[in-house]
Amino acid sequence: MTTTLRDAVALAERPARPSPLSTTLTFGWRALLKIKHVPEQLFDVLVTPVIFTLMFTYLFGGALAGSTQAYIQFLLPGILVQTILFVTIYTGYTLNTDISKGVFDRFRSLPIWRPSPVVGALLGDTVRYTVAAVITITLGLILGFRPDGGLGGVLLGVLLLLVFAFALSWTFIILGLLVRSPNAVMGVSMIVLMPLTFASNVFVDPETMPSGLRAFVSVNPVSHLVTAVRGLMAGSPDATEIVWVLIASVVLTAVLGPIAMRIYRSKS
Amino acid sequence: MSDSLAVEAQGLVKHFTSRKSVTKAVDGIDLSIAEGSVFGLLGPNGAGKTTVVRMLATLLRPDAGTARVLGHDVVRDADAVRSAVGLTGQYASVDEDLTGTENLLMLARLYGFAPAAARRRTQGLLEAFDLADAGARQVKTYSGGMRRRIDLAASLVLAPRVLFLDEPTTGLDPRSRNQVWDIVRVLVEDGATVLLTTQYLDEADQLADRIAVIDHGRSIAEGTASELKRSVGEGAVHLRVAEVADRVKAAEITERLLGAEVTLGSDPHALSARVPDEGTDAVAGLLPALADAGIAVPEFSLGQPSLDEVFLALTGQPLPDDEPAGGTSSAPGQRETSEAPR
Ligand SMILES: Nc1ncnc2c1ncn2[C@@H]1O[C@H](COP(=O)(O)OP(=O)(O)OP(=O)(O)O)[C@@H](O)[C@H]1O
Ligand SMILES: [Mg+2]
Repeated sequence: MTTTLRDAVALAERPARPSPLSTTLTFGWRALLKIKHVPEQLFDVLVTPVIFTLMFTYLFGGALAGSTQAYIQFLLPGILVQTILFVTIYTGYTLNTDISKGVFDRFRSLPIWRPSPVVGALLGDTVRYTVAAVITITLGLILGFRPDGGLGGVLLGVLLLLVFAFALSWTFIILGLLVRSPNAVMGVSMIVLMPLTFASNVFVDPETMPSGLRAFVSVNPVSHLVTAVRGLMAGSPDATEIVWVLIASVVLTAVLGPIAMRIYRSKS
Repeated sequence: MSDSLAVEAQGLVKHFTSRKSVTKAVDGIDLSIAEGSVFGLLGPNGAGKTTVVRMLATLLRPDAGTARVLGHDVVRDADAVRSAVGLTGQYASVDEDLTGTENLLMLARLYGFAPAAARRRTQGLLEAFDLADAGARQVKTYSGGMRRRIDLAASLVLAPRVLFLDEPTTGLDPRSRNQVWDIVRVLVEDGATVLLTTQYLDEADQLADRIAVIDHGRSIAEGTASELKRSVGEGAVHLRVAEVADRVKAAEITERLLGAEVTLGSDPHALSARVPDEGTDAVAGLLPALADAGIAVPEFSLGQPSLDEVFLALTGQPLPDDEPAGGTSSAPGQRETSEAPR
């Protein structure tokens, strides 16, 4: 063992320090490997949108919009938004799991661009978002979703949604850094997201709501996002709402990103 | 050995504040570790070993004091320190969901190896650490010994000049422990500096050129293993009586014959006593005297003082009872590792 060990450890030439891009991509690769080894983590991502779409379309579709056909045109973009927003929670969850398991200690003791583990994880999340979006839209198409915006409109809608999702992820990264256990991250995030998605225009038109609730729904960022995505997919983009979402994304990232990285750096 | 220092620390302090209390985890520690040497940090649970290592490895910021690793300040020059040191934490810090190969490959890429070079490095390390067959398996399926080895391999990806090992052998069987010891010896022969923490005096004794004993965040003694033992008395006698009820009487007889204070181990059968320098002859008379008193003594040994005794001598307090520090009153050398092949 001694000679092989000696040979294995000896290093003729030390490699140059890797670029931030390279380390970030390596962490993205790690996230993909984790999905490959623990495919169960995609289960929620796959099942939740299916259940919600089926349940709302068939249980309430007739009552809410006159027919399931009419309702799914309204519902599907909303369900898509809800699904992707819930998937962002996993960002905080996986980060917290890494920290509590000690893997992060090793990452933090490496001479690399410090944000790369976090940014790389965000890249890996793209896979989860894409899977969730593909499943939801495919199911919608089967159930009769016929977006007037066509393929281009749907893709633009998804793109806008992803931009907002990445910006929102910083919230959960901060939670993941501060909260004690991965399950606590889940719990707290649910408490935040549940009211935001249900008290919005995801499922029903706010016209029928009592005025207090309607006031909340109309300022709820999720409502703006849903209206913007709906507009894009329906082929009648609402420029004000799209700009609103883009500005919100920039503000979230500009404010929360540095805070998250600050907490991350000082974490002991 | 050159006189340049691989690690030097002055007045390191780290206090943890919770809602009610302040834990003085590290409360003023100085270290000087020569390049190419092995330094042992010996202390019981909660002594502050891990906290010291984490500060030196740039994972924790000291509240006060300074530390330099290979001349780089751990706070101001953290990246330079990170390029030069390897760390194997007390708890496995590899990704359990990934395979052994993927873990090493990822680290090699993060250290800047090109893809092909990273693969070669990974393969070489897996073979050297006897993990080539397990490389394709998720780390969560590894045994404790295999985990320790992959963790060690992970800290050697960049061939660090300074290696921090936090309790590298706790929980390992004698064979795995010897493997880890051999690895450390090879690394040091090739010029690395190793700082290892341990709760076992014999481990420090086997590997370390110098040892610091720490307790409650303070260094209470420092020196070579033999200096530390000498401070406790050259030798000690350890015995186990057959009947628990006989222990007190056996202690009386031992005390009278040797004229030395007797330590009762946490094992209710065990007792030990320091052998004073002039008392070597008296030891010979101890067994017959006990036999005359009708006390059966199935185990009797003369040996070096145990960590228990070093501790007692240095702090005036025995180790806490729940110490896994190696069967409280048995002689360190005779515990379990001595029969393993070298
Ligand atoms: N992050 C932390 N927050 C609060 N207290 C801490 C923290 N880390 C360590 N401590 C406390 O500091 C003291 C020293 O801990 P440390 O882990 O350094 O001991 P140790 O010598 O490594 O012990 P062990 O042998 O059990 O590993 C303990 O009382 C511990 O509870
Ligand atoms: Mg420790």
